[in-house]
Amino acid sequence: MKHYEVEILDAKTKDKLCFLDKVEPNATIGEIKSMFHKSHPQWYPARQSIRLDPKGKSLKDEDVLQHLPVGTTATFYFRDLGAQISWVTVFLTEYTGPLVIYLMFYFRVPFIYAPKYDFTTSKHWVVHLACMCHSFHYMKRLLETLFVHRFSHGTMPLRNIFKNCTYYWGFAAWMAYYINHPLYTPPSEFYGEQQIRLALIIFLFCQIGNFSIHIALRNLRPPGSKTRKIPYPTKNPFTWIFLLVSCPNYTYELGSWLGFTVMTQCLPVAFFTMVGFIQMTVWAKGKHRSYLKEFRDYPPLRSPILPFVL
Amino acid sequence: MASSEEDGTVEEKENNNKKRSKSALATAWLTFYNIAMTAGWLVLAIAMMRFYIQKGTHKGLYRSIARTLKFFQTFALVEVGHCAIGIVRTSVIVTGVQVCSRIFMVWFITNSIRQIQNEESVILFLVVWTVTEITRYSYYTFNLLHHLPYFIKWARYNLFIVLYPLGVIGELLTIYAALPFVRRSGMYSMRLPNKYNVSFDYYYCLIVVMLSYIPRKEHFQ
Repeated sequence: MKHYEVEILDAKTKDKLCFLDKVEPNATIGEIKSMFHKSHPQWYPARQSIRLDPKGKSLKDEDVLQHLPVGTTATFYFRDLGAQISWVTVFLTEYTGPLVIYLMFYFRVPFIYAPKYDFTTSKHWVVHLACMCHSFHYMKRLLETLFVHRFSHGTMPLRNIFKNCTYYWGFAAWMAYYINHPLYTPPSEFYGEQQIRLALIIFLFCQIGNFSIHIALRNLRPPGSKTRKIPYPTKNPFTWIFLLVSCPNYTYELGSWLGFTVMTQCLPVAFFTMVGFIQMTVWAKGKHRSYLKEFRDYPPLRSPILPFVL
Repeated sequence: MASSEEDGTVEEKENNNKKRSKSALATAWLTFYNIAMTAGWLVLAIAMMRFYIQKGTHKGLYRSIARTLKFFQTFALVEVGHCAIGIVRTSVIVTGVQVCSRIFMVWFITNSIRQIQNEESVILFLVVWTVTEITRYSYYTFNLLHHLPYFIKWARYNLFIVLYPLGVIGELLTIYAALPFVRRSGMYSMRLPNKYNVSFDYYYCLIVVMLSYIPRKEHFQ
């Protein structure tokens, strides 16, 4: 069998970092990364970016050596992606925070409100309802992270965990402070009950919708694989929104938070909903664009996040 | 055949003319803008000097130039637009942050908290701003006219070493002086209970603003 020789150079300095001889032609980039890791133990495979061109795109772990446009002596360029952390770890941390923090405000743990309110509970039933909804939402997210989601990438840069946790934990504290405040004003007397009821229905509907989409996306991808397919509506009516939208998980998420905003009538919640919407729109547009690029037959009726609008 | 070819080239020429005239228009506007702003800040500088020479005190100086200051400093918002449409190659965010911090100082501190208008720190940052802006706008003007005197270039890249810390001190001392008046009046603040279930305390907001002066790279413009 014809063996390959692989040399790995630093993308910036072009220094020869590693030379591997007798590499199997059917070796994958992932296997080459493991071999590179042996000679440079500080660069574990997750933080290696291997490319054909110093300024080019990263090669995928699944790419096979003999299928790449290289001669029998292959030259690759290496870039350090920096310290990495697994997506699962980031998600678990960033979602556990809001769950715990909100409950601290709900139970009025000392040093938040005036001492006479310590460990008291609100007299408004909507405050209890809001706590249940908020807690349910984050518990759902934690369980989905553990049992539903199939991630394309294993890791992300370490600094993301600080950025993400600041966002989630910060906003959770800000919202929870006002909703559970002794001077909280619930939706007004006359339409109040109807408003809260409607908001709850919207919230629950969108929670189920969001979960349905996550399950549908999971089922697109066999266990352990990283394949990408076009999602289509299934027998579950909550997935029929795929006819009109590329990223209905974000659409339902927006709906949930709009429901929560109307339920609590709290401006910080409205802010959080708006900021989340902006971020999700950016993500949805990116995802929509990559679907269009990857699939010639992508359904033309679909919008990124809001049917016909956005 | 021949006529369509002619049409093609005529169209091409028109497009090229459009492109050239667009950037000529942009250059003309920017030149006018920078000359106007240089003039505006010069007027401010002269008015300030005249007041001090005539009255011998800085008390009442702010009031005398307040309207001119508000006009020219607010008009600088246009610079964010310049970056957004691309006729100036600077980040929208950097320009935006710098202009907003000036707008904040002028409208939300000095203009609205009358009791601090005669503080010495106000004069300090006004002088710093005036020198900085005259240098900056004249630098841009000369650059656009492709004739940059060495003195202006030197001033732009060297004066800030002194002006930046002085400006920070002037602004910080002014905000600090304003704190007790903000606390007492409860201005721009919203307390609970209210139907939006939100509260805002301008006093603590100002303290956060003062802390945010610590790393401030957008002053280097």
